[in-house]
Amino acid sequence: MATILEYRNLKKHFTVGYRDLRRRRPITVKAVDGVSFHIQEGETVGLVGESGSGKSTVAYTTVGMYAPTAGRIEYRGESIYRNGRRPAHLKKEIQIVFQDPGSSLNPRHTVKQILELPLRIHRPEVGNRLEETARLLEMVELPLEYLYKYPRALSGGERQIVAVARALAAEPSVILLDEPTSALDVSVQGKVIHLLLRLQRELHLSYLFITHDLSLMRNVADRVAIMYLGKICEIAPTQEFFQAPQHPYTQMLLSAIPVISEEEERLKPEKIVPTGEIPSPVNVPPGCSFHLRCPYRMEICAQVDPEMIQLTPGHFVRCHLYPDGPPTLESANGDRHGTDQGHVPEPRGHRGL
Amino acid sequence: MDRPTPLLQIHDLRLQYRVYGGALQVLDGVHLHVHVGEKVGLVGETGCGKTSTMKAVLRVLPMPPAQITGGSIRFKGQEILAMDPRTLQQVRGRGISMIFQDPTAALNPVFTVGQQLEAVLRSHWGRRADRGEIRAAALAALEEVALADPDRLLDAYPVQLSGGMRQRICIAMALATKPELLIADEPGTALDVTIQDQVLRLLHNLVEERNTSVILISHSLGIVRQLTDRVYVMYAGTMVESAPTRKLFTHPGHPYTQQLMEVVPRLSGGGIAPGIPGRIPDYLDPPTGCRFHPRCPHAMEICRREKPPAFSLDQDHQVACFLYDPAQGSPAP
Repeated sequence: MATILEYRNLKKHFTVGYRDLRRRRPITVKAVDGVSFHIQEGETVGLVGESGSGKSTVAYTTVGMYAPTAGRIEYRGESIYRNGRRPAHLKKEIQIVFQDPGSSLNPRHTVKQILELPLRIHRPEVGNRLEETARLLEMVELPLEYLYKYPRALSGGERQIVAVARALAAEPSVILLDEPTSALDVSVQGKVIHLLLRLQRELHLSYLFITHDLSLMRNVADRVAIMYLGKICEIAPTQEFFQAPQHPYTQMLLSAIPVISEEEERLKPEKIVPTGEIPSPVNVPPGCSFHLRCPYRMEICAQVDPEMIQLTPGHFVRCHLYPDGPPTLESANGDRHGTDQGHVPEPRGHRGL
Repeated sequence: MDRPTPLLQIHDLRLQYRVYGGALQVLDGVHLHVHVGEKVGLVGETGCGKTSTMKAVLRVLPMPPAQITGGSIRFKGQEILAMDPRTLQQVRGRGISMIFQDPTAALNPVFTVGQQLEAVLRSHWGRRADRGEIRAAALAALEEVALADPDRLLDAYPVQLSGGMRQRICIAMALATKPELLIADEPGTALDVTIQDQVLRLLHNLVEERNTSVILISHSLGIVRQLTDRVYVMYAGTMVESAPTRKLFTHPGHPYTQQLMEVVPRLSGGGIAPGIPGRIPDYLDPPTGCRFHPRCPHAMEICRREKPPAFSLDQDHQVACFLYDPAQGSPAP
């Protein structure tokens, strides 16, 4: 399978203010700070993280809502940004579905108008737009009379389905799904997910599925990546990701998920009790950004940011516990107890405002 | 049952909201009881009436448009619906307190944490306490919810704190008056999963220590399974099932509960169920008979005509579904 979308060391920094107005020393938030991964044709990659981890910024940078600070995004080997602008044919190929369909659909437009806009822009060759919008509705299994309804007359699930239809109108090959079911009840979530999976099969779409729900990713994604403070800590094929999570943060996330059966309880890694909160991205801790919350913290973690290494084919992890390849649990434990307990170095570079 | 009178007993509660063009029949005969020291879960999807039920208990519903058209709510044997404002004020706080879903909305942005926490304590203690004592009690309350540096926090405004810290403060405020019953309305939903886990564990430890009774409202079956002894399942303003937590998760009885369990994505994989067909009914004109019958795969003739009473599967497992009616004679699914 060919790679369709590739992120190479993508960075997106925001200037949120100045420390010293005279010398203009900026305060930057490193929302995305060196993210590299790829999506293959027909694949679903799950991008999981807590709020503030930068997962949505990755998507927004891909669709051009922000220009990247550094790094490249390539669509089939072609850079998305040329002199800071995106060619129109790439806009057509990469579409997005937002989290809250209540605010991403224009309340003053009917469904027909909503679906026509991408047709006018990206597919001017379509002669009979009414017919095409009707076909789109059929594809997402909504009744035809919905063409003349306004978003407010639809339920949350139906609105999200209209948002999916709008993304499909451009005939894209990649769709970025930014928490598409987080605002929906579970009974509706199933319907939307089923639709997305069917469309993927029929139209050979590639998905970047952004979510905070790991249980959902277990059932939907081909590969899963975990983000923490603008960086990916672990990325692996789904099966392996859930059977043998390696990064302490992944283990912490997995053990915090509330589950509903004994069978699932057994699949969770041994309880790592979550402690602390995600630090402010203005003030990222030095070294490994997770070290303040990490139960296996070593001295090196506060000083050196670990490199991404490959443990098994396709399974990458960014953690000092794995300096050279896959360790056994015992050898890792040996290192873990060498930490001088309780001593947490102060984050450097903090000056306050 | 020969158990003592429940701490809270809701019997056949009916609630409607008067709106233009009619009345929304929001609660249609809700039953619920909580014993001393018991942790009860209340599960259901958005708009099924979970929060409305609990707001009715505290009588904080806006009336009008809300209107209680029947039923009773008894707290320690006293009828809440008939209480005068003074007695009611005694029950709120000392008897029952509530933690709301969104801690940002529950805290007043223009007062410091200390001012808000001390106001709660002052109303609880009356004029007896002096400033120093109240300050000390506020500090102690913050320490209990495992917040570091409580001295500084008392002078902080809610915007200066993270979501997890705000929720801890709301927990501290709710427990500061040492209530007998705590109503926690989706206490972790607005938080990230690792923060949610910490907050819920804290809440669990605090109520265990004090033997506080709890009603935990949640749309997440997983959270309810972790924290409660007994669960009620609501659908469209009706109570469809109640059972001890373990039993509910191993042997769900009501077709709605069964479908709900199927659509939750599992960590063990196995794909995603296609969801429950149909949608939540219109409260202006709810379905006759069982409110779930238009979406139910087992719907029978009688379901369209009559509202199912609660049938007992065994002593502590009730299901409001005609499939369990001995008179129908059909085998249960």
